[in-house]
Amino acid sequence: MAEEVLQEMKPLFCQLYGNPSSMHTFGGQVGRRVRHAREQVAALLGCDPSEIIFTSGGTESDNAAIKGTLAAIPNKRKVITTRVEHPAVLAVCRDLENHGYTVVELGVDKEGRLDPAELEEQIDDDTALVTIMYANNETGVIFPIDKIAKIVADKEVVFHTDAVQAVGKIPLNLAKSNIDLLSLSGHKLHGPKGVGALYVRKGTRIASFMLGGHQEAGRRAGTENVPGIVGLGKACELAAENIHEENQKVKRLRDRLENAILENCPDSRLNGDKKNRLPNTTNISFEYIEGEAILLMLDKYGICASSGSACTSGSLEPSHVLRAMGVPFTAAHGSIRFSLSRYNTEEEVDYTIEIMPQIVNQLRELSPFVVK
Amino acid sequence: MLKQARRIENNSKLKTKDSKLSMWEYTDKLKEHFFNPHNVGEIEDPDGVGEVGSLACGDALRLTFKLDRNGRIQDAKFKTFGCASAIATSSVLTEMIKGKTLSEAAKVTNRDIADYLGGLPEQKMHCSVMGREALEAAIENYRTGGKKKHELEGNVICTCFGVTDKEIERVIRENDLTTAEQVTNYCKAGGGCGGCHGEIEKIIEKVQGEKAKERPAPLPRRAGKLTNIQKIQMIQQTINEQIRPALRAHGGNIDLIDVEGNKVIVAFRGMCAQCRLTEFTMKDVVEAKLREFVSDDLFVEEDKDSTQEPHNHIG
Repeated sequence: MAEEVLQEMKPLFCQLYGNPSSMHTFGGQVGRRVRHAREQVAALLGCDPSEIIFTSGGTESDNAAIKGTLAAIPNKRKVITTRVEHPAVLAVCRDLENHGYTVVELGVDKEGRLDPAELEEQIDDDTALVTIMYANNETGVIFPIDKIAKIVADKEVVFHTDAVQAVGKIPLNLAKSNIDLLSLSGHKLHGPKGVGALYVRKGTRIASFMLGGHQEAGRRAGTENVPGIVGLGKACELAAENIHEENQKVKRLRDRLENAILENCPDSRLNGDKKNRLPNTTNISFEYIEGEAILLMLDKYGICASSGSACTSGSLEPSHVLRAMGVPFTAAHGSIRFSLSRYNTEEEVDYTIEIMPQIVNQLRELSPFVVK
Repeated sequence: MLKQARRIENNSKLKTKDSKLSMWEYTDKLKEHFFNPHNVGEIEDPDGVGEVGSLACGDALRLTFKLDRNGRIQDAKFKTFGCASAIATSSVLTEMIKGKTLSEAAKVTNRDIADYLGGLPEQKMHCSVMGREALEAAIENYRTGGKKKHELEGNVICTCFGVTDKEIERVIRENDLTTAEQVTNYCKAGGGCGGCHGEIEKIIEKVQGEKAKERPAPLPRRAGKLTNIQKIQMIQQTINEQIRPALRAHGGNIDLIDVEGNKVIVAFRGMCAQCRLTEFTMKDVVEAKLREFVSDDLFVEEDKDSTQEPHNHIG
């Protein structure tokens, strides 16, 4: 989390602890902070502050968007999504099937790209909602959301996008887009954990998803997580200020890391569309070795990464995203994702470039599938 | 001070023995064997070779050993593809069997391997089972004069990971397992699509008898006469819990279209030729499940109109 965000949040625990709903000076002061945070979030997204609902994070925003939309359109029973969504969307959609909904999961090609024509074909009179992520959390692949939103809007269907990975990295102007609902999460843009937001375009019908109070215009009842909301606001302000400069810096670091690893480690491959990708993410597969073992080795050297291997997900099957892309099981088990940020340095990248081939070689020495 | 420290140390040992470790809570011993594995490699001209697992499954182990003049294991080496615990269990396995005769080595259980490491996280117990399987395969290979390769015995229950009823029965017996989740932790069976959970539960019941009944029943099994609403709800529930997960894993799906008396009308979606499940007629599989869980009188019909949709399964 950004230091500036923490400073902004600090007074809201012990000094300014009033409830923003209270009718006294104390509550009023806090209410103003919440209002300001809403403006900061809206400024980053290019929308009106009244279109922002604060939530507990990306998962809640996704749940609320999907279930809230369907509850508001009870006569339509079809939802369209993709096979590569975050579980916060995919698990909700699959549960809908158990409640009589038809769910269409669009596939992706080898590079993780969608076919907008297929989407267009699938939208029919029974379709209540299309929910497609902005950028993929595992590969960083960016979907052509403006184009997709236009297709959906032309058919007069509600469109939601899980933009948890994209907000703060891709410049947005929701006032000019056809997106109806958009989810974001605090900790993905150096804000606090446990706070997020849902953008709801004015006029989009969505049923209240938490009952019990008048907060968030009655759509999400419950006393506000004021420090979290204020922290999220500040994080959005910082993201808006730094987005271009930061993206350039991070992209340069990412590209250097990626190119060096692919060059220095034989039998490694990049997963995902190289052109349309977030500037901070790289997902690389190493054949014949397993992801958790790589992570543990990296951890020993103080390098933190994540993996799409089965062992790290706690399940026994590798990443659903890589499998949807047709990445062979062998490469999916050995996939590693590095996510960089403005806080990473040249030295850290150099260090990782130096360590990575050693780790890969060491584990390949152990592998029965490496033939010398 | 020192005493206190020792007590804490003892406590932490107790905790690891509890084998309720979660991911990443590996014991120091395990980490030691992962970062500095012993006996890596392959013995040239070995007396026995055991190979288990595959790249697709996510872990695989190749064990080789050589005997001395007295029939004791003089040297053992391994090569392993897999996570940290797969590598560490392979390493300790080679340590444990060195110096043993083959009949002594054959007595090593997966529990022994896990205990040697000071415990394994529950979800990683299958690594210790893989070690024991490789050892058995290598001994079998030696005893058949290097001719026989390890083969699966019994009927395959879990098609995702190729686990047979014999293997499932064995891990249940040797580790005193009573739930399907435990069986998944110990041999991966049921860890893919989950379509075989019902069968795994039956095996548990067969092996453990009354003990298996301590766990809550997974589904309200059929009672006496059902009202129409109850019947339809149970059909939907059976499709949701017993049938759809298996189809999903193979790129397909199923919709309940209607129920007319005992006729259940369903539509299949997205099934394709390379799916293993097409070996069976889907209609029969669904019918069998519905008869088992709901009522013997049910029969299934396919709704042809909605079934013949183009599919987008990526193989």
